[in-house]
Amino acid sequence: MLNAIFSGDTPRSRPLTAILLVILVCLALGPFLFDGTRAFSTLGMICVFIVVVASYDLMLGYTHIVSFAHTMFFGIGAYGMAIATDAMGNNFTAILVGLAGAIALSVVLSLLLGLLSLRVKAIFFALVTLAVAFAFLSLATQLYNITGGEDGLRVRVPRELGPAFRPFDGELRGFSIVTFLSGLFTEPGNLGEVLRESVFKVRFSGRELMYYVAFVVSLLVFLFLLRMVNSPFGRVLQAIRENEFRAQALGYRTVFYRTAAVIVSAVLATLAGVMFALINRYVNPENTLDFQLMVFILLMCVIGGMGTLYGSVVGVALFLLAQNYLQDLLRLFAAQVPEGGVMAELVAPDRWLLWFGVLFVLSVYFFPTGIVGQLRIWSQRRKPAA
Amino acid sequence: MSALEKTLDNKSARRERPWKALGKGPRARFAAFREEKPHLFLLALMMLVPLFMINPTTWAVLTISGLAMGAMVFLMASGMTLTFGLMNVLNLAHGAFISLGAFAGATVLTVWLNGYSGDSSLLVNLVAILPALGFALAVAGLVGLLFERLVIKPVYGDHLKQILVTVGGSIILLELIQVIWGPNEIPVPRPDALRGAFIVSDAIPLIGGIALEKYRLIAVLLGLAVYGLMTWVIDRTRVGVLIRAGVEDREMVEVHGYRIRLLFLGVFVAGSALAGLGGAMWAMYREIITAHMGDELMISVIVVIILGGLGSIKGCFYGAILVGLINLYVGFLEPRLAAVATVGLMVGVLMWRPQGLIPVIKV
Repeated sequence: MLNAIFSGDTPRSRPLTAILLVILVCLALGPFLFDGTRAFSTLGMICVFIVVVASYDLMLGYTHIVSFAHTMFFGIGAYGMAIATDAMGNNFTAILVGLAGAIALSVVLSLLLGLLSLRVKAIFFALVTLAVAFAFLSLATQLYNITGGEDGLRVRVPRELGPAFRPFDGELRGFSIVTFLSGLFTEPGNLGEVLRESVFKVRFSGRELMYYVAFVVSLLVFLFLLRMVNSPFGRVLQAIRENEFRAQALGYRTVFYRTAAVIVSAVLATLAGVMFALINRYVNPENTLDFQLMVFILLMCVIGGMGTLYGSVVGVALFLLAQNYLQDLLRLFAAQVPEGGVMAELVAPDRWLLWFGVLFVLSVYFFPTGIVGQLRIWSQRRKPAA
Repeated sequence: MSALEKTLDNKSARRERPWKALGKGPRARFAAFREEKPHLFLLALMMLVPLFMINPTTWAVLTISGLAMGAMVFLMASGMTLTFGLMNVLNLAHGAFISLGAFAGATVLTVWLNGYSGDSSLLVNLVAILPALGFALAVAGLVGLLFERLVIKPVYGDHLKQILVTVGGSIILLELIQVIWGPNEIPVPRPDALRGAFIVSDAIPLIGGIALEKYRLIAVLLGLAVYGLMTWVIDRTRVGVLIRAGVEDREMVEVHGYRIRLLFLGVFVAGSALAGLGGAMWAMYREIITAHMGDELMISVIVVIILGGLGSIKGCFYGAILVGLINLYVGFLEPRLAAVATVGLMVGVLMWRPQGLIPVIKV
């Protein structure tokens, strides 16, 4: 049963299973475990980016196609939704139209990109997608009467997905893990008080409903991708990754498979963009199309572990937590360092990306298989004759 | 070569040049020109078509500006095309070196030698400008040396890792730039001697009376000078022979006992330094710099090296001119489509000639 759900591709490492279970529980019970809007939006972004990064991994990790146009498809989804609700009002028809239109555009564009890449060497694909994505970004920024330019667009979500909608009448209660843990450390003697303080009121509105829609979609997409990479189709992709020439010689039309991988991945990125627009309810070039976002996606994919879908989950969770909370940590460091020197500049909270960049380069050298790959190697070593 | 192979070879040669079959009429000559000198054909097309849409005076100004932009982009792109051609190393951190050069040049101009660049005499200005360009060249070259040793050296021969590592390296460089120079954009006032414009005398027909900005002319001259110098080095010197041979067949050069890694290191450092020089020129052109300016220019650079064909200096030069021109022409007709037109040009050329305009290495 469990094997069927995971398509026979289980985590194969105890620590990894534990990490994944923690992530799953945190996401599933998210709004009831973490208090505050910042935590809530981080959880939502984790759900969205799991879809983005897992679909990117299908190209990068499983087929070794480097594409820099993934944010373009993500942006098509987000903008498609924003434009559709802008034009047709906040109803579910608009959402369907936006979704269908965005996916159609993505399929056409990715097909064109795939066909173009047939004419050039594989490495060119990276450069061509980079240029095309940039042209798209500049188009989205310049055509401000459609896209709102730099200011972006507000997404008008249906009432059922907005903060005003109350699906339940009764009051719900959550249990704040953060308050509980910090209480446990600071005043361990006063357990009853800590427990009472940890309970908080959850206002379950349409936003939480939307969060759970995103959570379910992202879970389903993840399982779908897991099924896909462990199917004969996925095996061919991996064969292409290992030795394209040989896969061709075995009679596989590698061009077809590569293009199919690009299209599937583009469609899923578009889906993620749609969810992003509905959760964030505001899209602009910076949060959907920017080159920096593309680099972030690349970082998440590689740090988590290329060619392992579990890696994208771990990578996304780690990176988004770092993005949201590493700055706090650096602020603590910065308080210890005397003001004004170069050292103070180096640990300034805004420079968190510097440290992540260093970590990234080091991990490419020393842990090329990423966190998940490394965990699997370690547990493989522990039981050699299994 | 056996007789059979020879006939096969002839046949394939004939198949590759169908325009030869057309005979010797003007149509055939046109087709031959189009296929054998695609860079000149495209350049002529690019310059002639807008002439019907823009009035000649504006066209002349736009053309000069386009050439100036092309010259600066050439400075930035030439290093990357050689690195890619020679060692098959795809350096996506090239944009960071452009930014680095811009900031280094700006430091000299606005902080260290501020008094000189504010003066209105050319000679005094030059005291600031030449060290600024030199400093940009030196800093970018030096960092390029470190970058090659630390970041690129361990990942030779693995494209995927090169892309990942250089993207990571680019993040680190850009963040370090912000650590040193602060996160805000910095204004770089152009030295007085480079401001203003020449007025073409009214006596010359068609383009009489137009104003040619001095700085753009200087950029064109510098670009031509660097192009000339590079062509001379590549075509006439011993180092150039080795570089050309290395682009053609790296292993063969190694077999002959030349240390191609050292040669490559030199090319990489020179390429980084040129990127820095281009960045400094661009800083004075735009008069404002941000750490992320390199990323934006990187798109033009990528289009240029794909257009020109990898590893080819000449292709890179013509590619850069084409990108500069299309940017200015389209930017004048419909400013919002300039970036799209640049990428469209690349896609079009790839459809027509997947190898680029003047390919050197077999792709």
